[in-house]
Amino acid sequence: MPAYKAPVEDMMFVLKDVLGAEQVFAEIPAYAEIDTDVVGTVLEEAGRFCAEILQPLNMSGDAEGCRLEDGVVRTPKGFAEAYAAFSDAGWGGLSASPDHGGQGLPRTVQILVDEMLSAANLSFGLFPGLTRGAYEAIEAHGDETLKALYLPKMIAGTWTGAMALTEGGAGSDLGLLKATAAPRGDGSYTVTGSKIFISSGDHDMAENVVHLVLARLPGAPAGTRGISLFLCPKFLPDPDGAPGARNAISVGALEHKMGIHAQPTCVMNYDGCQGWLVGEEHRGLVAMFTMMNAERLFVGVQGLGVADASYQTAATYARERLQGRATDGAGTAPIIAHPDVRRMLLSMLSFIEAGRVLSLFTALEMDKEKFHPDPEVRRVSGGLVALLTPVIKAALTDFGFEAAVLGQQVLGGHGYIREWGQEQFVRDARIAMIYEGTNGIQAQDLVVRKLPLDGGRPVRMFLGLIRETVEQAEGVAEAAALRVAVAEALAHLEPVTARLIDGDLAGLDERNAAATDYLRLFALVAFGWLWLRMTLTVVTMGENADAHARRKIAVGRFFAGRVLPQAGALARQIGAGNAPLMALAAGDF
Amino acid sequence: MKTILVPVKMVLDSNARPRVRTDESGIDLSGMRMAINPFCEIAVEEALRLKEAGLAEEVVVVSIGPVKAQDTLRQALAMGADRATLIQTDETVEPLAVAKLLRAVVGEEQPDLVILGKQAIDDDCNQTGQMLAALLGWPQATFASAVRFVDGRLLVTREIDAGLQTLSLPLPAVVTSDLRLNEPRHCALPNIMKARKKPLKIGTPADYGVEIDRRLKILAVRPPAGRKPGIRVATASELVGDLRAAGLV
Repeated sequence: MPAYKAPVEDMMFVLKDVLGAEQVFAEIPAYAEIDTDVVGTVLEEAGRFCAEILQPLNMSGDAEGCRLEDGVVRTPKGFAEAYAAFSDAGWGGLSASPDHGGQGLPRTVQILVDEMLSAANLSFGLFPGLTRGAYEAIEAHGDETLKALYLPKMIAGTWTGAMALTEGGAGSDLGLLKATAAPRGDGSYTVTGSKIFISSGDHDMAENVVHLVLARLPGAPAGTRGISLFLCPKFLPDPDGAPGARNAISVGALEHKMGIHAQPTCVMNYDGCQGWLVGEEHRGLVAMFTMMNAERLFVGVQGLGVADASYQTAATYARERLQGRATDGAGTAPIIAHPDVRRMLLSMLSFIEAGRVLSLFTALEMDKEKFHPDPEVRRVSGGLVALLTPVIKAALTDFGFEAAVLGQQVLGGHGYIREWGQEQFVRDARIAMIYEGTNGIQAQDLVVRKLPLDGGRPVRMFLGLIRETVEQAEGVAEAAALRVAVAEALAHLEPVTARLIDGDLAGLDERNAAATDYLRLFALVAFGWLWLRMTLTVVTMGENADAHARRKIAVGRFFAGRVLPQAGALARQIGAGNAPLMALAAGDF
Repeated sequence: MKTILVPVKMVLDSNARPRVRTDESGIDLSGMRMAINPFCEIAVEEALRLKEAGLAEEVVVVSIGPVKAQDTLRQALAMGADRATLIQTDETVEPLAVAKLLRAVVGEEQPDLVILGKQAIDDDCNQTGQMLAALLGWPQATFASAVRFVDGRLLVTREIDAGLQTLSLPLPAVVTSDLRLNEPRHCALPNIMKARKKPLKIGTPADYGVEIDRRLKILAVRPPAGRKPGIRVATASELVGDLRAAGLV
């Protein structure tokens, strides 16, 4: 049976020793009282909750799945109780504003808890995750009445949130959506339309579901500039704020899907239901997009979390499973003695630990962007967040899925059958590459929007940070091989970046063709950079480095020797340009 | 009851792999993951349940150990304890000295009940509760698997070899917790945050007038010897012969 242990030790190493989060928090008045001790305690308790309450429901929830009974979604056995315990313990309001009952902890801590939730039970983690996305949208754009009525309930977890964007004819291109809204004359609206792929669209775990629905007002301009955002509750709150009459919202169907079986993915029908405008008319997509960076960071760490859960089982199994002989000894060896098995485990580990640093680096920048007193710091952080968001969303879910497949492979046939839970991770990890903007869309966002952003300043700054670390590593013996590998990979990334910003690859089709390979190249270089930073941190710690920290040097060397050389191949692929993709006529496929 | 006092000990985390110091003087704790002793955590939980049932007014936790033992106290505060005291020392404190220090704390706090873990998972001494009861001249009920408070008396169920034994104690009393007494709660996030602001007093053994000099001498601490490889014998009679030769049959 799989077991999960939250990697609190590694999380604290990254926060404290690698990123120096305590100094960042100290610069931010809202976090003046946050020290790493309290963060450690919060993470320990969150990890315990995830391991002891949520993880044991992961396989049973997958096997049982959600059911639609008389128009109401029933979640698997134990989920409602676990959700009640989760909300009672206040975990849903971790990073929410204290003004509405939240604990006001940094995004950085939130993202670590999100990783644990994703590792322990991805289906479950989406309930509070989507609720957070919804309440953050209401908090940023809703009027005071909506905030007073909805935020305390959603932050307490009594009511959950759902995001209703996609329609049958409007997926990646939301400009095509057809749902409508008409004013009722009393300040509210009548919302009509059908939405698909609505996570947490309905369930039996909380007393109300708050839907944020994108729809068009009468006479709205076509395309994305004519979309407004409406809050439509499943039950209309009575004057005291208690759930009252049923709104005209119904579940059309429950999707049958590859993974996250315990998460109800609904077709939702809004049949003239009552809703309230959130933000300005026709500015609904803008309102949604202010949440997008945080949501995409959340989805990125889903890939990371599932990969770590798979790694933990694979590593335990590989140490215990006796098959084959080690070359240097007699008798049957545990499979971890075989280099090819180590290749798989180290590929997983070197991605997971670097991915964790990248997500925390970005979360810290997000905290700075939101709360730092210096406007210049906020601006610079905002640029880095914008640049790195698509990288995290796509790279952490792509590599996360690949890691889950490796974790399955380590177990051979035992990875394919259900017993060990490894095949579930493969199925569950797959969705994170698709939702919240497919990874193809993320790559387009990186290359088309983010590279040229602000005259290319964010990307130049980021590459500058990498060069700085490479320079710092000069002469450090433990980092020598890694330093060379990062410098080489960077030398592949930089010219390609320049060509995409304003060189021969800057055309629309060329950028489109290069995007996915470019994002992967970018991520590999970023991971290499972070391995170098971790290695330098451990070297600086000297005698104070414990066994966990010292392990980093060996994993960094693996990444340098066995993974980072892929950067060269990717750069060549990108350099081949658009022509090979378009040579075949559409009719010839 | 007004006050319940719960002594708690910081120990090496049960998931951590202990390293023996090369000079064989003990376990090397530097940089190791520490945690609240599981039996102590159960004791805190039991005290909180008595308080939540309206049977006590406050729960006070006390620990004797290094500055880092504050983390252990903060955890007890996050569970719901009201106040904490740390008697700070970097020395190894033996059960008798611990019991004497606790007697001094009892003098200060005047609790109606002291609940503590039956033993700590690092040294497994299983002595402190008994010594404390003797020093105070209070009744004691050790290895509790159930605690009830009826008509001003404490009914404590204990697990003994012959089955279950129930003792009835007048207060004040000392109770030590067994593993099956309860299942400690998960800390709620708001309580973790609030715990940082709860009072935590720090003193030294000298403040309580207790000498903590060691009376026991540790000769050596060594890891268990590795298992020696076995041998294969061809026949049962060869096995019996070997056993005879070894004087085992």
